[in-house]
Amino acid sequence: MIPELGQVALILCLMLALAQMVFGFAGAATNRANWMAVVKPAAIGQMVFATLSFATLVIAFLQDDFTVSYVANNSNTALPTLYKVAAVWGAHEGSLLLWVLVQSGWTCAVALGSGRLPQVFSSRVIATLGFVSVGFLLFILLTSNPFWRMMPGAFEGQDLNPLLQDFGLAVHPPVLYLGYIGFSVAFAFAIATMLGGDLNTQWARWTRPWTTLAWLFLTIGIALGSWWAYYELGWGGWWFWDAVENASFMPWLIGTALIHSLAVTDKRGLFKSWTLLLSILAFSLSLLGTFLVRSGVLVSVHSFASDPERGLYILIFLGVVVCSALLLYALRAHRFDEQGHFDLVSRETALLVNNVLLVSAAFVVLFGTLYPLINEGLGLPKVSVGEPWFNAYFVPLALLLMASLGIGMHTLWRVSNTNSLVRRLRWLAVVAVIAALVLPSLFFGRTAVMTVLGTAAALWVILSTASELWIRYRTNGNVRMPRAMVGMLVAHVGVALCVAGVTYTSAYSDQRDVALKAGESYTLGNYSFELQTVKQVEGPNYVAQEATVGLAYKGKSLGVLKPQKRLYRVQKSPMTESDIHARLSRDVYVALGADLGNGSYSLRLQIKPMVRFIWLGALIMALGGFLALTDRRYYLERRAVEAGSKARTA
Amino acid sequence: MTPRRNRMLSVITLLVGVSLAAVFGLRGCDDLKSYFFDPSQVVAGAVKGDQSFRLGGMVKDGSFIRVPESLDVSFVVTDFAQEVKVLYNGLLPDLFREGQGVVATGKLNQYGEFVAENILAKHDENYMPPEVADSLKQKPPETDY
Repeated sequence: MIPELGQVALILCLMLALAQMVFGFAGAATNRANWMAVVKPAAIGQMVFATLSFATLVIAFLQDDFTVSYVANNSNTALPTLYKVAAVWGAHEGSLLLWVLVQSGWTCAVALGSGRLPQVFSSRVIATLGFVSVGFLLFILLTSNPFWRMMPGAFEGQDLNPLLQDFGLAVHPPVLYLGYIGFSVAFAFAIATMLGGDLNTQWARWTRPWTTLAWLFLTIGIALGSWWAYYELGWGGWWFWDAVENASFMPWLIGTALIHSLAVTDKRGLFKSWTLLLSILAFSLSLLGTFLVRSGVLVSVHSFASDPERGLYILIFLGVVVCSALLLYALRAHRFDEQGHFDLVSRETALLVNNVLLVSAAFVVLFGTLYPLINEGLGLPKVSVGEPWFNAYFVPLALLLMASLGIGMHTLWRVSNTNSLVRRLRWLAVVAVIAALVLPSLFFGRTAVMTVLGTAAALWVILSTASELWIRYRTNGNVRMPRAMVGMLVAHVGVALCVAGVTYTSAYSDQRDVALKAGESYTLGNYSFELQTVKQVEGPNYVAQEATVGLAYKGKSLGVLKPQKRLYRVQKSPMTESDIHARLSRDVYVALGADLGNGSYSLRLQIKPMVRFIWLGALIMALGGFLALTDRRYYLERRAVEAGSKARTA
Repeated sequence: MTPRRNRMLSVITLLVGVSLAAVFGLRGCDDLKSYFFDPSQVVAGAVKGDQSFRLGGMVKDGSFIRVPESLDVSFVVTDFAQEVKVLYNGLLPDLFREGQGVVATGKLNQYGEFVAENILAKHDENYMPPEVADSLKQKPPETDY
């Protein structure tokens, strides 16, 4: 009974989303206030029923209702409760339901938060979000229903894929989806703006906090995914340039560009049509990502069992969304004339460079991701585009971006004095380069071109941030500044830390596969690993061999690591559960391999310097986004503007 | 924005674009991407010299051999038409099994054996790298296999 309720709630959701879309667009077009009044309650209702529907699926999982085929395929009575809940979005159908839930949440938030926007505008925004909801609701109901019953029901469930039985996975998809779908808000604002054809740049100000919020979630989501892959999936790899990772990275790159170009549009009224285009692109790439993941057209470690029908549906939906949005853009973008002026050396130019580089990087990733598909479509030999390719094309762009970032932070709107800029920054550049030449050899005893470049880039950005603070302190006697500015500086330091982490992990990681018997030890760098025992342990739904590995640094004991090789009872699949001795400066990573016979076991030993900086940097970026979001001035400004516009109308 | 500024901006954009394109062009694509071959293509001589590539197929039943107490293993990858022997030293992925799909990255040695640096096995019960699935589809196994 309960799953049927979920199904009914989902259908009601669809109806409400349709109402939202039809009354929103039609009401705005014909300027009927009573039609437009429908959208807000409809959006709230959609949220209520989406939550209800999602809750019924959670209940079905908690009750081990194996007559529901999705539950039977992805759960088991022995599965721990936390993973029963996480299993709701562990496979295709449920993750789409999560998508719908998150989409309705964003829509509802926009509906509630847009009280002060002009009604015609907010109706169009919510109608656009309704349109996207309709697409996904139809997708679920037509091709991927999680409430499908099977008669007779299964006696026991197939269990959740062991890879997914992990805390990282429990939180990674919801956060990632909050980011992906958050860009639908920027998209909807862009569509509403183009439909309205308003020439002012109010919309940019309204869009900014939403976009930053979505970007913040996407940043954390990607970092969580990378962290999860690191300890669960990849035997110590933190990024694979895998199609599914790229799918989340492309919207992030475009979203980052969007945040920056929105700043220009908001503050200076420039780059209007470019900002609109980026808003469309960010969400389109989110949808493309979904298509790539769900259709299984690409080789990926993340690919779910694929189904051509589903792939076709998303492809059509993607086509409809992208084509209609771009058509609208083509018809309306010319209206958004640029008026304003800026010098070659100015913040506008710096942000333009930032945008060109970020968008180029996004297209590099897009090209690399689709290249195998294009080749296949053309009947050329099968190729795979992997790490060397992406590194060769992406890294130079990233370095250029870092170089321009350090300069950009010190530029002013409209016009900057080139001489003072050079005076401010030249010594920083010299210090960054010299330090980069010296530091790696000092700490690691060897160096390489990429290490020097990466260190220089990271130091350059950090020094540039510090000097911004220093100059403020010297001129004003304090470092007080608007919260948005603090957020910007913090986020940029996050980028620098992330770059440093990537540089040092890539250059100085050490890895060895070894065969050891109990009592034997192996020394890697300054660390020695002693295999003490291997014994059998029992988990709730698996049995495992657990090794006890004594870890010592230069002869001083650091305790023991206990990597496991698990065998999950239902799916009969083995899983490596690595163990990590983590410090900010480095991770020591041990994974247990196979029983080699005669009491000998294979182990993979790794030392990964500064790998934590990668995720720490990402979290600091997100923190920067959060700070920018909470800028008081921002909301005051908004209120003042509204008061102003009210005064005008009155 | 004045037309002059406008022009200046287009020029900058163009310059960045052109220099990026130049970087792309000069580097060439070929040495950075890797080819995928199945055993039949390897036996037919599709691999040129010392080229690194990805070999995909099924791990032949009964072909897996481990040098006792060491990490040295060998097995045979088959597409049910031709076979290639694979040598590997290291940890095997969790889902590596005989009779299952596998993709190995590496090079051929002078004896025509494939020396793998890296081995990927299928991701879950239902998943097979699409490349492997394709290449097996073209050559269905004999019914009495």
